[in-house]
Amino acid sequence: MKLDSKVPEGPLAEKWTKYRGSMNLVAPNNKRRLEVIIVGTGLAGASAAATMGELGYNVKAFTFHDSPRRAHSIAAQGGINAAKNYQNDGDSVYRLFYDTIKGGDYRSREANVHRLAECSTEIIDQAVAQGVPFAREYGGLLANRSFGGVQVSRTFYARGQTGQQLLIGAYSALSRQISLGNVKMYNRHEMLDLVLVDGKARGIITRNLLTGELEKHAAHCVVLATGGYGNVFYLSTNAMGCNVSAAWRAVKKGALMANPCFTQIHPTCIPVSGEYQSKLTLMSESLRNDGRVWVPKKLEDAKAIQEGKKTGLDIPEEDRDYYLERRYPAFGNLVPRDVASRAAKTATDEGKGVVRTGLGVYLDFADAIDRYGKAAAHSKGIDNPTSSQILELGEEVVSQKYGNLFQMYEKITGENPYKQPMKIYPAVHYTMGGIWVDYNLETNIPGLFALGEANFSDHGANRLGASALMQGLADGYFVIPYTIGQFLSNEIRTPKFDNNLPEFNAAEKDTRTRIERLMSVNGNQSVESFHRKLGKIMWEYCGMSRNAEGLTKGIKLIQELREEFYKDVFVPGDQNEFNPELEKAIRVEDFLEMGEVMMRDALDRNESCGGHFREEYRSEEGEAKRNDEDYTYVAAWEWKEGGQPQVHKEELTFENVELKTRSYK
Amino acid sequence: MSLTGLFLISFLIVHLLGNLQLLIPDGGKAFNIYAHFMSTNIVIKFISIGLYVGILLHAIQGIIIVLDNRKAKGSKYAVNTYENGNWLSKNMALLGTFILFFLCVHMGDFWYKVKFTDTLDLITYPDIDYQVKDIYQRVSMAFGNVWIVVIYIVGLIALALHLIHGFQSAFTTLGLQHPKYTPAINVIGILFSVGISLLYALIPLYMYFAKLSNY
Amino acid sequence: MQLTLKVWRQKNGNAQGRFEHHNIEAEEHMSFLEMLDVLNEKLISEKKEPVAFEHDCREGICGACSMVINGRPHGPQTGTTTCQLHMRAYKSGDTITIEPFRANSFPVIKDLVVDRSSFDRIIQAGGYISVNTGQAPDGNTIPVEKDQASDAFDSATCIGCGACVAACPNGSAMLFTSAKVNHLEQLPQGKVEHNRRVKDMVKQMDKEGFGKCSNVGACSVECPKEISVENIAALNRHYLSSVFVKK
Repeated sequence: MKLDSKVPEGPLAEKWTKYRGSMNLVAPNNKRRLEVIIVGTGLAGASAAATMGELGYNVKAFTFHDSPRRAHSIAAQGGINAAKNYQNDGDSVYRLFYDTIKGGDYRSREANVHRLAECSTEIIDQAVAQGVPFAREYGGLLANRSFGGVQVSRTFYARGQTGQQLLIGAYSALSRQISLGNVKMYNRHEMLDLVLVDGKARGIITRNLLTGELEKHAAHCVVLATGGYGNVFYLSTNAMGCNVSAAWRAVKKGALMANPCFTQIHPTCIPVSGEYQSKLTLMSESLRNDGRVWVPKKLEDAKAIQEGKKTGLDIPEEDRDYYLERRYPAFGNLVPRDVASRAAKTATDEGKGVVRTGLGVYLDFADAIDRYGKAAAHSKGIDNPTSSQILELGEEVVSQKYGNLFQMYEKITGENPYKQPMKIYPAVHYTMGGIWVDYNLETNIPGLFALGEANFSDHGANRLGASALMQGLADGYFVIPYTIGQFLSNEIRTPKFDNNLPEFNAAEKDTRTRIERLMSVNGNQSVESFHRKLGKIMWEYCGMSRNAEGLTKGIKLIQELREEFYKDVFVPGDQNEFNPELEKAIRVEDFLEMGEVMMRDALDRNESCGGHFREEYRSEEGEAKRNDEDYTYVAAWEWKEGGQPQVHKEELTFENVELKTRSYK
Repeated sequence: MSLTGLFLISFLIVHLLGNLQLLIPDGGKAFNIYAHFMSTNIVIKFISIGLYVGILLHAIQGIIIVLDNRKAKGSKYAVNTYENGNWLSKNMALLGTFILFFLCVHMGDFWYKVKFTDTLDLITYPDIDYQVKDIYQRVSMAFGNVWIVVIYIVGLIALALHLIHGFQSAFTTLGLQHPKYTPAINVIGILFSVGISLLYALIPLYMYFAKLSNY
Repeated sequence: MQLTLKVWRQKNGNAQGRFEHHNIEAEEHMSFLEMLDVLNEKLISEKKEPVAFEHDCREGICGACSMVINGRPHGPQTGTTTCQLHMRAYKSGDTITIEPFRANSFPVIKDLVVDRSSFDRIIQAGGYISVNTGQAPDGNTIPVEKDQASDAFDSATCIGCGACVAACPNGSAMLFTSAKVNHLEQLPQGKVEHNRRVKDMVKQMDKEGFGKCSNVGACSVECPKEISVENIAALNRHYLSSVFVKK
């Protein structure tokens, strides 16, 4: 299969502008006749649905949630990047493009990333106009902060709830279109299959989660904005409901899963506390602006801490190893996520972890409190502040910046992070891989599009902080509304589809059979227990570091687990009613296949890059070693029912940047 | 609700000012003349009709809201708690009903007897040329009875509680809210509620004890 | 720790509900929902139907959790959603009563799951700024005072969980509606269509059958994002002015 990225000709900086100006358009009267299905109403889906509704398309939007406002975009804390250069610190579209390409370890498509950087500025304007209460300076203008992996301050934020505020902006725009009748919203509907008619995506099969009823929905094209697959690890910062099912169903119908092994492990999450753990909570990366990461230098100190005999406060300054500052003096605590995560793993592998399980490091704010306290004392005109004054003032400043995060930490752990250093550990957070799309965000199935985290295109092998919100909104507000015209302009003569076509009936029947199969196993193990087992396999063999032997073993284990699943899973209740266990079973079934493809991709990629670290491929200093000669390509996997998945390659060409070894030293 | 409530509050003030004349040690002269004026003046008559309508409206609105809200709430929780809101605000209807009963007793005791029975003596004062009913006598008799005094005190406690929530609630409902002044309004509301009820309570208490000491 | 759970079970919206008793062994570091996971795993292992409860992000921001714990939405801690409530708030031997959010406008779907789509419809009635994609001027064109942006944020932080309605003895949605109205009203961008928004949203709120506000204040106490009742007063002011003052 030849993968055509359809990147337009011309100089990088002009590609999008030129292309946008010369794209096929759909006239307003024709838009009214065209139907678009959008699955998923997070940032990407809601913004796309709203914008296409505004343009006049007939949009049908689907979410499995009870409301679009619950999508997991809502949990993004830190912020959203934009090349506004409001801080006058040398930022530009090119620099954002370059940082993103470099941060992604040169495994993303230049043209897509540059377009993302171009759109970034418009997103901020749009969000402000929608009433997103971004942080402001005293002068009333927008405030910025810095994030990992970059040296400019370009992140816009609304306290620690930027994702929430942006999602509410998109949700309100969507709500407006719903009230105007341009978008028909289907809450509590889960997509269970994609319907192709003559090779084009023309509809979906959904399950009404309240009644269990299977429904057939037809349209001229289908847009997937269904998020990432991080929950394949069971424990992740994703919401409990995040799943790969819609994307995976598309893959089963012929779409390709690109770079599935590129998963991002976020360095600052609250460590696991026990076997019952159901999810991991992220502590925003913005904390690394002020927090210092360290572990004890001496093994015996670490041991004492793990056994609860000592705390971080008992370790004198000279016995602390601020390992990020030591290893990466140029970026220090602000190295990109993959680097920070691996460094934490190295430290804990040496036995220097600081929690009971040994899997945790400190993120310490004592210095920041002291520094801010002194500065605050100075600005208040206190000449010789006492240490308690400094502490009080410093805590106040830190509380203003990170108060809600500190509060959340205390709620979850029961420890006060103002007094005790925070304990953190890396956790699965984001998946850079996703459905393969071309420059139009169209998959290899004509009429099937993928947006946001669900596609693979912009973040390469590692995503920079505050870029996920940017990509979701760029795709939804500013890319798909244009590029979808390339497909739909050829469909203006296509009448509305009848959902009683044989293709729809067949897909509905397949889905029913599939559900009945799950219901009829009637085994002895819960769906949850299978998911946990899968997660353990994934984390063990396809987690922060991987090797060929482990991956080979992992693939076998997953296959065995899948067999066991079909023999012994127990799904209680009935299929024709509200049944959360059945929903989970369907999702876990898809994860069990997805996990295998991830492992195969990881095994196939004989290099270390970004979030993908193969132990066999590292430099003498232990840093990741890329292999640009052989692996500068996108690995797009085709699922072969009953056989081995097959890889298709899209070579990546870099005309504007030079491939360098990422160095944050 | 808030408008009728505030109107009734304004009545409470006027009514109190008049009734405090009961405490003037002149054998009830000032009070009786005042009462006569109040019961004969045509303007006051209109105002009093407004007052009855106000009470009625306030009660009817209250009943409608309670019924509406019961419907809106549907079923109740198995565990009832006051940890998330004070007892007062959740029991305004109960307090209001109690106050309404008290009002009936109060009106039956005085207003009804004054207006519709001949049980009161007529009395003349040297410096006025008309006869007035000796309501003072009636009041003083009533407040000589310890049980009536107790009923009044309990009724006034209910009034104080009703007002503590009602006063600031009326301001919120009317949107009269300000980050700087609202805390002050809330304090004034409590002081007012307790203060006015105390002053009212002073009347039966004073008269009861005054009578006691006379014997 | 040993706990006794009294959990509301209801097959569907039309069925009669009842309490079911379960004894369970929990750990203090578990979240409340993880404790329910343990209960469900136990039920499934006994081939019984697990307790249906809504949950998603489990980090206090999606607003999916919808249960009343010992009479209080989201349990005993202020500013905390159920998913962030941890079992260290309880002690061994405690009996915990778990019920769904109760209000006529939040009909029960199953067990502890309720239908909160009425909130969506209130937002659809006007909880937005009418601006199409691409129409926006530069973000810095209109300065917004820092404190004002911060106040707007305080209202905008609502997660739409419905604890306010659940806590209100009147089943009123005033806190939810007022938070949205004030979020947008406090920003210059939202002021433009403010009067229409207030009227439309209040109208929809009444249409959904929510109760009348009697300023009890339980909504704000139980709000996991601690949204202030001041929003309600402001909504009243805006509503009165949009009805009586503005043309």
